[in-house]
Amino acid sequence: MVEPAVDLTHGHPHDDHAHHGPEGWKKYLWSTDHKVIAMQYMFTGMFMALVGGFMAYVFRMQLAFPGINVPGFGMVSMGEYNALVTNHGTIMIFWVAMPVLLAAFGNFLIPLMVGADDMVFPKINRLSFQVFFVSTIVILASLVVEGGGFAGAWTAYPPLSANETYNLTPLGSTLWVIGVGLEFVAFLLGGINFITTLMNSRAPGMRAFDVPLVVWMIVVASILFMLSVGPLLAGAIMLIFDQTLGTGFFNPATGGDPILWQHLFWFFGHPEVYVVLLPAMGVVIEIIATFSRKKVFGYRIVIFTVVATGVLSFFVWAHHQFIAGIDPRMANIFTITTLLISVPIAELCFVYIATLYGGSIRLTTPMLWALAFVAEFLIGGVTGIFLGAAGADIYFHDTYFVLAHFHYTFFPIAIIGTYAAFTYWFPKMFGKMMDERLGKWHFWLTIIPFNMIFIPLFVLGMGGQHRRISNYSGFSELARDGFQDIRVFATISLLIMLAAQFIFFYNCYKTWRSGPKAPRNPWKANSLEWTTESPPPHGNWHPDEMPVVYRGPYEFSVPDRIDDYWPQNEPPQRDS
Amino acid sequence: MTARASIIPFRPRPQRAEKLISNGVLGMLLFVFVEVMLFAGFISAFVIIKSRAVGSVWPPPNQPRLPFEETAVNTSALIASGIVLLIAHRMYVRGKESVAVLLAVATLLGGAFVGLQGVEWLALIREGLTLTSSTYGALFYTIIGAHAAHAVAAICVLAWAWVRMTRGRLSREAMSTVALFWYFVVLVWPFLYFQVYL
Repeated sequence: MVEPAVDLTHGHPHDDHAHHGPEGWKKYLWSTDHKVIAMQYMFTGMFMALVGGFMAYVFRMQLAFPGINVPGFGMVSMGEYNALVTNHGTIMIFWVAMPVLLAAFGNFLIPLMVGADDMVFPKINRLSFQVFFVSTIVILASLVVEGGGFAGAWTAYPPLSANETYNLTPLGSTLWVIGVGLEFVAFLLGGINFITTLMNSRAPGMRAFDVPLVVWMIVVASILFMLSVGPLLAGAIMLIFDQTLGTGFFNPATGGDPILWQHLFWFFGHPEVYVVLLPAMGVVIEIIATFSRKKVFGYRIVIFTVVATGVLSFFVWAHHQFIAGIDPRMANIFTITTLLISVPIAELCFVYIATLYGGSIRLTTPMLWALAFVAEFLIGGVTGIFLGAAGADIYFHDTYFVLAHFHYTFFPIAIIGTYAAFTYWFPKMFGKMMDERLGKWHFWLTIIPFNMIFIPLFVLGMGGQHRRISNYSGFSELARDGFQDIRVFATISLLIMLAAQFIFFYNCYKTWRSGPKAPRNPWKANSLEWTTESPPPHGNWHPDEMPVVYRGPYEFSVPDRIDDYWPQNEPPQRDS
Repeated sequence: MTARASIIPFRPRPQRAEKLISNGVLGMLLFVFVEVMLFAGFISAFVIIKSRAVGSVWPPPNQPRLPFEETAVNTSALIASGIVLLIAHRMYVRGKESVAVLLAVATLLGGAFVGLQGVEWLALIREGLTLTSSTYGALFYTIIGAHAAHAVAAICVLAWAWVRMTRGRLSREAMSTVALFWYFVVLVWPFLYFQVYL
């Protein structure tokens, strides 16, 4: 029940059981090392990103060239189209953004950055990944069972999701709910570890305001997740009962209420946006500080802003329901809170720009990704203001404008943020330096096509094109020649972007085969993970060199110092 | 410019910070927060569906009334169990060697609660209240069933703690962690009782 934490004091070196860790394939079943678990989350997430990307390719081909035989998939029926878009959304959020950004980088970075040798509850951490892995199998299985995968959109609104005579996927929809539920349980277990580790396992001398911002943000994101997920789990239990036992929680005919699900879902769903946003924001600020060689502008203000964002995020959920028949007075209130929440996020963007200002900027690949994150996320945020206002949302609801908006938020989070973090910490994770030239090619061939996909979709949305239609030629009032050309343009851009990802995989392969060995601190950064070997040994540091902290993580370009960086663990005596 | 270096406070001997809360208790506390939100979700669903009842008649016509008085007995068994565990917990944390008897009493009282609830459920099913008979029945079995599942899990954990205690291998921290979970199960019940049964 209670897994005693590994004793971190110097008297009990972690090395004692370093030689008892499982070896070989067993390592990946039973290892409790946070770095191994991080890699498991990362590679599972990347595999699922390929699955989700393939789905995007199939349905974008169908949209651009209706009725063609999509290479690698075949004809796309309407039901299959709906299953593809549903599971694309589900997988990209729950099986890509969350495992990679929150679980993989949270697991990898938190113990290393706070100077601990592992998580507080290593066995619970292992259980977390095992549950997550089962949930991955369940969601993949739901795609191939009889009747096909769930096709009622990733928000799973009843009655479509609750009644098999409507959705025609009796097995797929139940497995979908079970998969998502298991995935939540996995992240609950992970979140308990993250918060407890930050609270109780910090290195000697590390005060609350010496913790790197990315750790703060991952932990705040975990708190948000844990506070918001309960009601959705309750809703998921009721939805499964509606699907399998014939209860009527969401069925008006038996006294239930379909809007209830929307409230339970979005009470979770909106904080969830910040759950995946905050880790990406944290990654970006680490990279910006390192590569502009400047102290983060307003470190404490950032933390307070993030907490304020978290609190506010619990009071905006009904902006997803402006046309679901909620009371217009309630819509007014939620418009106000929604517009309010753009203030702290805008503040963060200004903090990032202020950190860049006057720095000696180095445009390495991770820095390019970080800068692109700020620029692209800004577009997503600004278009969100239109949708947050109830008046405009009535016209934009369920059009491609909404779709383009949230892809401009989620793509920077899940893809740009991940690439930024991956390229920045790659030397630490694998001990090799990636190829910068290939990295920059990959960057530009991802960013430019990304904008070419989604900027045209804003135009489609403003033209009134509805989402979730597999073939517009069947709707005379929606089918216009110009719009079809825009769809073809977006699809071709997507093909370019997907092809460009092979540069990334080739870069990884090449680095793995013949990349130069990474030193301990290739970027000359300050936080603790750079003070150990690359990759870190079992237990993160050798027992006699467990770090001790003397200062905050962003002491760059301090006057009167020869080096322009000042590691957190360097004793002050060495300095003049 | 040179003034900046002096802004950074000098720390002669970094020390490991004192833990405010021990690992196990903190982890369980976070878990309990999630559980509180889970039951908050159930209760809000209950309130919303109740407020939409046809003609504001609740419980719906043709459905049996819940045995409010009989359940008061179960409730008092559960609360007594919580109080016994509270006493045992405080004694153990303050250094008493073993509180196995009190722990066993708390566990058995918890078991009595679940058993009496089960008897009551059988009676209700015979009277025609089932998951599918109405949203009233569905909400009752889902919410109270969720609580019962937590109670059963917690009783298993208490029994495990009792076994460890009799062998003298239960740490103070583990006792606090286990007790915290049982306090949650006990304290959430009055809310469910007054909300669902009344």
